[in-house]
Amino acid sequence: MTQSVVVQVGQCGNQVGCRFWDLALREHAAVNKKGIYDEALSSFFRNVDTRSGSNGPDIYKGKICSLKARALLIDMEEGVVNEILQGPLRDVFDSKQLITDVSGSGNNWAVGHKIYGCQYRENIVEKLRKTAEHCDCLQCFFIIHSMGGGTGSGLGTFVLNLLEEEFPEVYRFVTSVYPSGEDDVITSPYNSVLAMKELNEHADCVLPIENESLFEIVNKIHQMINSGKLGSTVKQNSLVTSSAGSAKTLQEKPFDAMNNIVANLLLNLTSSARFEGSLNMDLNEISMNLVPFPRLHYLVSSLTPLYTLADVNVPSRRLDQMFSDAFSRDHQLIQADPKHSLYLACALLVRGNVQVSDLRRNIERLKPSLHFVSWNQEGWKTGLCSVPPVGHSHSLLALANNTCVKPTFIELKDRFMKLYKKKAHLHHYLQIDGMEQSCFSEAISSLSDLIEEYNELDATKGGPRIDPSRLKIAV
Amino acid sequence: MSIVTVQLGQCGNQTGHEVFSALCSDIRGTHGLCSKKENESYHDSCKERFFCEEECGVPVARAVLVDMEPKVISQTLSMAARSGHWKYNSHSHFCQKQGSGNNWANGYSVHGPRHKEAIMNLVQKEAEKCDRLGGFFTIMSMAGGTGSGLGAFVTQCLRDAFPASFILNHVIWPYGTGEVIVQNYNSVLTLSHLYQSSDALLVHENDVIHKICAQLMNIKQISFRDVNQVIAHQLGSVFQPTHTAGEGSGYSRNPLGDLMETLVPHPEFKLLGLRNIPQMPENSLAYSTFSWPGLIKHLRQMLIANAKMEEGIDWQVRPPHPGSSIPSTNKPLHFNTSIANLVILRGKDVHGVDLGSFRDPSLYTSWLNPQDAFKAWRTPRAFNKYEKSASLVSNSQFLLKPLDSIVGKAWNMFASKAYLHQYTKFGIQEEDFLDCFTTLEQVISSYTNL
Repeated sequence: MTQSVVVQVGQCGNQVGCRFWDLALREHAAVNKKGIYDEALSSFFRNVDTRSGSNGPDIYKGKICSLKARALLIDMEEGVVNEILQGPLRDVFDSKQLITDVSGSGNNWAVGHKIYGCQYRENIVEKLRKTAEHCDCLQCFFIIHSMGGGTGSGLGTFVLNLLEEEFPEVYRFVTSVYPSGEDDVITSPYNSVLAMKELNEHADCVLPIENESLFEIVNKIHQMINSGKLGSTVKQNSLVTSSAGSAKTLQEKPFDAMNNIVANLLLNLTSSARFEGSLNMDLNEISMNLVPFPRLHYLVSSLTPLYTLADVNVPSRRLDQMFSDAFSRDHQLIQADPKHSLYLACALLVRGNVQVSDLRRNIERLKPSLHFVSWNQEGWKTGLCSVPPVGHSHSLLALANNTCVKPTFIELKDRFMKLYKKKAHLHHYLQIDGMEQSCFSEAISSLSDLIEEYNELDATKGGPRIDPSRLKIAV
Repeated sequence: MSIVTVQLGQCGNQTGHEVFSALCSDIRGTHGLCSKKENESYHDSCKERFFCEEECGVPVARAVLVDMEPKVISQTLSMAARSGHWKYNSHSHFCQKQGSGNNWANGYSVHGPRHKEAIMNLVQKEAEKCDRLGGFFTIMSMAGGTGSGLGAFVTQCLRDAFPASFILNHVIWPYGTGEVIVQNYNSVLTLSHLYQSSDALLVHENDVIHKICAQLMNIKQISFRDVNQVIAHQLGSVFQPTHTAGEGSGYSRNPLGDLMETLVPHPEFKLLGLRNIPQMPENSLAYSTFSWPGLIKHLRQMLIANAKMEEGIDWQVRPPHPGSSIPSTNKPLHFNTSIANLVILRGKDVHGVDLGSFRDPSLYTSWLNPQDAFKAWRTPRAFNKYEKSASLVSNSQFLLKPLDSIVGKAWNMFASKAYLHQYTKFGIQEEDFLDCFTTLEQVISSYTNL
């Protein structure tokens, strides 16, 4: 089995990352009753013999001694990382896995990318190498960051570049939180567009997330619980927003619920690689099937169900509802409507007691209402993992390579142009060593090209289907 | 003669497990419905073919398990061992850590050469355990990366290392509406490559088996295990011992050879389809009786009308008038022309069954004598609790439409160049794709013009 390493950069990246590790432990604790360090655990955790101190050797088999996350925590401010290290997860992280500084990046991509990038390059490479050495077969780096700030955006994309240089064979999956329209960081459009160029060129897959969508999902759940519409009680630990049953005992912070959703996304994404099932879907398969052209690697994700009722008997109607929900606007993690745009490819990763006939039935049912690009009319990638998430009997993660990401990018471009035309705040960037006007023009050009690629695909939607003529064979 | 099975990839290993399970449970059952002597003979023949005896008394499957990631193999090995009735040799497996990522090129060009020696060593060991090697049976899907890509490479290696042995590839065709997005590319690459090194391709389509599970077996929530069990039953009905040379002749000693000789007279035509009737849930078996004439009539019409199962057969389809030589373009539509057919009968009163209707020359192309175009194998020993069971292995136009559909979809995707970068990075270029398309268009054309 393979291992993955999580690189969490900046405030957002580390807060989401922290939730991820917490929920990962919870998930494995629920599945792994015997306390034996197994292959599933080894995908994200090392087993370290800490009896002789924290520098103990790795234990590859046998009982769990001390689990350490395969992670790198990077932040140019100390606050968030310090909090993690004082919290219930402190033993999960090795002090050697941290890279921090004190002054932060001032919401400036250039500070993060150029200044700190340069300054910490050696340190980062060394720590990455160390983490990689602990892995038997390293398959994937997961980067978690936000796009709108300075560290996550700037230093995060610097690390992305580094990963491609130092570990070209290892996949790079990036979970990026995009700023909303009412973002309070004025320069977030600059930071985001500069980061987008890096994502375009160096990431294998990007899972864009928008805070607005997470917020709406959290609200929806609160409404459902409080309205009393639900006949029975909701299983607390089944809420996709919940930390119930995990190590956190402190008061939940406002972003925790939203971050839990992203953490669950990552858990579900990797579930079929970690656990068994009748149709496995590994991470390299996700990249293979969902990326038809190298630059079109932005995947819209949706998670269902958002919660489970305490009833044990789940009629199959609920199962079908789960599939329908995965395609509805409300369940997407960005503000997008895939149903009304064009699908290039779609992946369904089902967990729990769901069989191939349930999958087929629902694909047949939903297919007619979805638009697939002409050369991929049956573009479905499916996976069945037997182990459901905590608190659920089944769940579904849908990943769509769909032109509905286009509006997000167009808006980003518009907000960028509003500032750029007036050269607002530009001097903060240009005064940084290594930054020039061309960085901006190249970045916006890269984004425009990407938007144009999506436009071209959209133009084919609904048009007459002309299949290319087949090869003729001389009889 | 013994057959060495090579199980490739997730599908190959999951299905392979069900096949050995079915074979073992068949010989353990006392529903032979025949004489004790016959039953023992059957039992011994099956054991020799598929199992070898190990010290602990449990038969050990003559199989090599190959996969590029460990989860499925470890599950397969433990499931077999847990059954208590048979198991796999604990050393006859090879796996890696990362999988092939549904990438045919990765399976073929990277994993293949890298692990050739290790895999072929395992195959060699199994082959040496056989007193007489009857050939190789590989089980794979063509939609993914390992079964398809590595499977094609391994088949080539088998051909190179054992030039005189028979190689039969059992290939599972994926659901039409997708299990893997690049399945059509992987399929085109697999089929064209297998065509070079394999003796015959025995095909099962997931869509067809799924329908059988839904409509005949009455399974409500169909799992891949259910699908694989139906496939295993159908394969068992072909490969369990039979008398190929008439009553009293003893069980065939060369099943793969006999199969190839009968069904593959020409290297351009290697696609074999399989039909088996009756198929029903086990608990209905006790309440059903069938007559041989009824079964034969249905099976024949299934052949002519290209029906996938015994429900919904189109009885309107008729063969062209005998005696008149009709150019293939004028033959009645929907009529399935055969090159050669093999019918296998198992159970009560087999030796009296009249199979004349299958010898009708109008069913066949004109190349072979009707006597040579049709063969029947029989055994009075009932199979898998079915009092009477009839199978048809057919080299005919059965797979023409599905093949055409797969090639069409793959071509459509190829024309837009989608996903090609994923293959070129592992060494499979556009020209390689074109060669494969050409090979398959040729096969399609050949079968169309029968």
